[in-house]
Order: sequence, then C-alpha cells, then structure tokens
Amino acid sequence: MTATVFIPRDAGALSLGAEATAGAIARDAAVRGLDVAIVRNGSRGLYWLEPLVEVATPAGRVAYGPVAAADVPGLFDAGFLDGGRHPLGHGPTERIPWLASQQRLCCSRIGVIAPAEVADYAAHGGLAGLRRALTLAPADIVREISESGLRGRGGAAFPTGRKWRTVLEQEAPRKYITCNADEGDSGTFADRLLLEGDPLAVIEGMVIAGLAVGAAQGYLYLRIEYPHARRVLKEALAAARAAGLLGDDILGSGRRFDLEVRLGAGAYICGEETSMLESLEGRRGEVRVRPPLPAVRGLFGMPTVVNNVVTFASVPAILAQGAGWYRDYGRGESRGTLPLQLGGNVRHGGLIERAFGVTLRELIEDYGGGTASGRPVRAVQIGGPLGAWLPPALLDTPVDYEALAAVGAPLGHGGIVVFDDTVDLSRMARFAFEFCAQESCGKCTPCRIGSTRGVELMDRIRAGQDVAAGLERLGQLCDTLRQASLCGLGGMTPNPVESALRHFPEDFRVRS
Amino acid sequence: MNEAIEAAIARHRDQPGPLLLVLHDIQQAMGYVPPAAVPRIAAALQLSRAEVHGVLSFYHYFRDQPPGDRTIRLCRAEACQAVNGDALARHAAQRLGIGFGETSADGRHTLEAVYCLGNCACGPSLLIGKELHGRVTPERFDELLDGAEPAP
Repeated sequence: MTATVFIPRDAGALSLGAEATAGAIARDAAVRGLDVAIVRNGSRGLYWLEPLVEVATPAGRVAYGPVAAADVPGLFDAGFLDGGRHPLGHGPTERIPWLASQQRLCCSRIGVIAPAEVADYAAHGGLAGLRRALTLAPADIVREISESGLRGRGGAAFPTGRKWRTVLEQEAPRKYITCNADEGDSGTFADRLLLEGDPLAVIEGMVIAGLAVGAAQGYLYLRIEYPHARRVLKEALAAARAAGLLGDDILGSGRRFDLEVRLGAGAYICGEETSMLESLEGRRGEVRVRPPLPAVRGLFGMPTVVNNVVTFASVPAILAQGAGWYRDYGRGESRGTLPLQLGGNVRHGGLIERAFGVTLRELIEDYGGGTASGRPVRAVQIGGPLGAWLPPALLDTPVDYEALAAVGAPLGHGGIVVFDDTVDLSRMARFAFEFCAQESCGKCTPCRIGSTRGVELMDRIRAGQDVAAGLERLGQLCDTLRQASLCGLGGMTPNPVESALRHFPEDFRVRS
Repeated sequence: MNEAIEAAIARHRDQPGPLLLVLHDIQQAMGYVPPAAVPRIAAALQLSRAEVHGVLSFYHYFRDQPPGDRTIRLCRAEACQAVNGDALARHAAQRLGIGFGETSADGRHTLEAVYCLGNCACGPSLLIGKELHGRVTPERFDELLDGAEPAP
C-alpha cells in the first residue's frame, strides 16, 4: 500500500530545511523498501512547526514537526507512516489547537492541497464560486460581493463591491482586472502563502471579477522578492488554462478571460495602486494624482479593478456560499475574516485567520505564546512599516478596522510584528523616515524631502541635541507629511513616528 | 551581449507596456542591464533614452553593473530587526568585507539590502540567489557562505 506524505514546498518551510527533509524521507523510504508518495503542498502557516510533515492515515492527516532531515530515521522507526507516536508528533493536524481554533475561509486550502492541481482544488470546494458566477448577471455578482461586506484586504479597506460597481458602470472599449501581489509590508506574508499554497483561488477570484465588471484581461503584479510564488503561479496558470478556467471559453460558457503575471523590480511604492499601474505599464512607479480613480481610468487609461491577493482569494467562497454566510462573521463594519500574520520576535508565529473581533492580546499571547527570546513584549507594530507602534496596555483592542483606527493604528494588510524589551523606539522612528526616504517615488515634495529631514531630526534628537525644539519640529514635519503627501507612503510615515513618541516617550529622552 | 538584448526586445516589443519586461529579460540573461543597451532599447520601443534610463534607475532590483557570482539579499525590515537582523547585517558586511550595494573585489559576492522577503515568522531571512534561508544566525551565515554552491 502506498503511504502519502505531505511536505511543504512553501518558501518559509524551504527556508527552514524542507527540501532536505523531503530528500531524507524519499531516500529512507527507498532504503527500507517502503512505498511512499510525496505531495509537495503549501504551508498551513504554522511556521514554528515547519518543516511540518503530514501523513495521510485512515483517521485523517497526522502532523509531525518541526522535522529536520536528521529526525527522519527516527520517524520511520516510530512508524510515522501509520501515524505512530514520536516526540515530534502533534496528532491529527486539524485538531492542533492553534489551527483548530481558527476560522479559515479564504485560507481553507493552504497546506491542504497540491497547489497547482485543478482536480485537487475542485475536490476541496474550488470552482463552485465560478460555476455560480457564470449563471449570474454581472450586476448580481457585484451585489453578492457588496452584500458580503468584503472590504479591500490590501490595506485601504475600501468596499470591494462598490469598487467593482464603479468599473461595471463605465462604458469603455476594454477593462482590466489587476491583482496587487506586491506584498511589501514587513510582517506580512498572507499573499505569499496564498500564492504558493492556493494560487487557483486567486485566479478564480480574478476570473469572477472579470465576469462581474466585463473585463477579459487580467494582470497579476508580483514582487520580485517572491521567486517561489512565481514558480507556483506559472504552474497554476498552465493548469488553469488546460482545465478551461482561463482562455476563450471559461468552463464551456463561451466567456473569455486571460491572465498575465508581471514582475515588480524591488520598489515598495509599487504596492500603492496607482504606482503599481504605472509599473505594469512599464514606467517608473510614480504615484498618480487622484481623481480619476483607477476604477474610472486605470491601466492603459481603461477602467480597472485593483484588488489585493487576499481580496481575490476571498471572492470564490463568497459566491459559492452566499453573501450572508460571509457577512455572519466579524463585527461592526468589519465583516468576514482576516488572515492575520504574526511575526518578528514571537514563539509561535504564522498565519491566523479569524473573524474580525479577536483581540491583539489573544493573537500575541494565546497564539503567539509571547516572545521567542523569552523576554517581555514591549511593543508591537501593526500594519507594516507605515503602521503604528502599540504598547502592551493597548493589546486588548479588538482587531477591526474602526477599533484599531480609534487607537491610531490602521490595520493595513494585517501584519503584527512583536518586539521584546530590547527595542529602542526612537531608533525605530528614525528607521521609519529612513525607509520612507529609501522608497519614496519622488513625485511629491513632502515625502521626497521630508523623509530625509526626518532622519536628520531624529539623529539630533537621539544625540540629545536641543530635544524640545527638535520634537516640536518633528510634530510640524509629521503634520506636513500627513496633510500634503500624494499617497500613503508619505502620508502614513507619521504613524510609526508619532505612535513611538506617544507611547514610548522615555526612548526619546523625554521626561514623561 | 547584443543577442540577449535583441532577443528580449523581439520577445516583448508588441506587448502593451513592454519596458519592464524587456529589462527583466536582459537582466535574467546577463545578470545586469549594460548602459550600452539603453539607446538600443529606447529606439526599439520608441521611447527616449531618458525614459529608459529613468525606469532602469528607479527600481532597486535593476543593476547597470555585473553582480558577483552570488547575490545575497538580506532583509533589513522590521520583523527581521526584531530578531537580531541588525547584528546579522553587520556580520554579513564584515565577513564579506563589503557594504550593502557592493560587490567583493574578487567578484564572488554581491550584498544587497531588501525590505521584506515575506518570511517574517522565521527571521532573520536572506536570499542567496533564489534560495531563501530563515532563522539565520551569524554562525549559520558563515556555514551558508562556506557550503553553498553558486546559485543560478
């Protein structure tokens, strides 16, 4: 009998030695004369257990991890192919509390299926959304998305249905669907996990968007820093074309949609939607002045949907299960679930998809298990390099767009980075300006010049030179950046700076 | 050199907005985009030389000098900083004897800073060629440097 073993080929798992583990399992099986079929899945996002090896048993999949190549002989000796007991064993994967307590709607298949196999995808609920969308009028698809309450998961949280309706209402010779996979925020990796673990869901979401607004061409803008995602996407696109999920006759409907992957080239600013459009057109990634919105005049001057990977991956299940099903998760104006990403100095980091309303403390303490260094948590940064720093006292804040905004911490793309008590927040404030200076596209003066002035100011403050006057000027500089920048890079750089100063004044030589 | 450039132009010139596609192909084939290619690309794509140079110099990834045999892209962003990424960065620069953005005199290594490799639960992270490594300590860095084969 053939035993099936799952070993991720996700970039994160590979970075921790999954390839050597896979090689050791194949070799040991051959030496022992055992018949083993190895499936290279994506990661389930339990990064502290990677490389996470799973074995299919009659009672479901059983997990072992983290499995180094050197652990492999012991696993065979323990009979892991039949789910045998071993110190690295965790029992049935889906009963691991860290995973079992999650609400995986958009990430339900990551780490479960072989990423680029349409049959496996369909066997786990894939394509049901597209099949239903093919029976609906465009306006009805848009209504379903609007009623689900889905908001853009890239960071801006704009209602997806409203964006799609605007594009649907435009009269134009062509329209485009673009997927923003320029996931540049430090602390975020949900897009990468989806692209590597369930790329067909992203593709299906884009096809549905095309049907909804009347677009036949899509572009997926992928950052160059994700070579593994690029490889999986290439396979997934070929599989999708072969299965008629893309092309001139989508699932035999006579409808048309195709998709091209284009690569970024290492510019953080290209995660900003108008800058991404410029880059897709082959130009410098300088932001455009809005209006007109991309939904009215976007790629190549045509009405364009711009959504993030997580947003598109959320769409198929909404179509398949209905708007109400999705809307029932979450709270307030934040409906559905969000794949949160827990990283930095944390014991149990990874992807946690929960309905809105989970608190930061639950995420960091219950899931995260505190810091990896064992020292106290001193600060967490929410929402990437343009997000705010929060002290432990604010960790009871629930994760929803409005509640976090109320404490000055926009949720962004859902990254949470944990720091222990060795962090120096004035240094991190300086880094925020430095990063802004490094990544500014240069189009508007506040961002281009202000970021460098900010670095200089922080250097003087940190050196203790005329701190009071420096802080006053820092406030004015942040005001200018916030009010007068063209886009979020300059406009939101004050978030990490001012939150660091507000919550950790002692790091700025200020007597509190 | 001319072959790679002409092939890249021929492959993409009829696509909408082809400049980045052409630059990526040239860098993929040659490891960098030679400045001498700029006028040729400009003429073929009906752009000005300034436009081509402007794009080439805008993106951190594109280079106009050949890289070393192995390019090491080390993450300098916050999540890696939270787990001693700065110490790793200092160690890497010292061990290689070069700063970020530089190539060693023997032409073996190029060291570049990147901002996030999406491996934030397993930092500090770096790419050697297209291979990602996580939880890299200074000791592990030395092992990788001594042991790893030249990346494609």
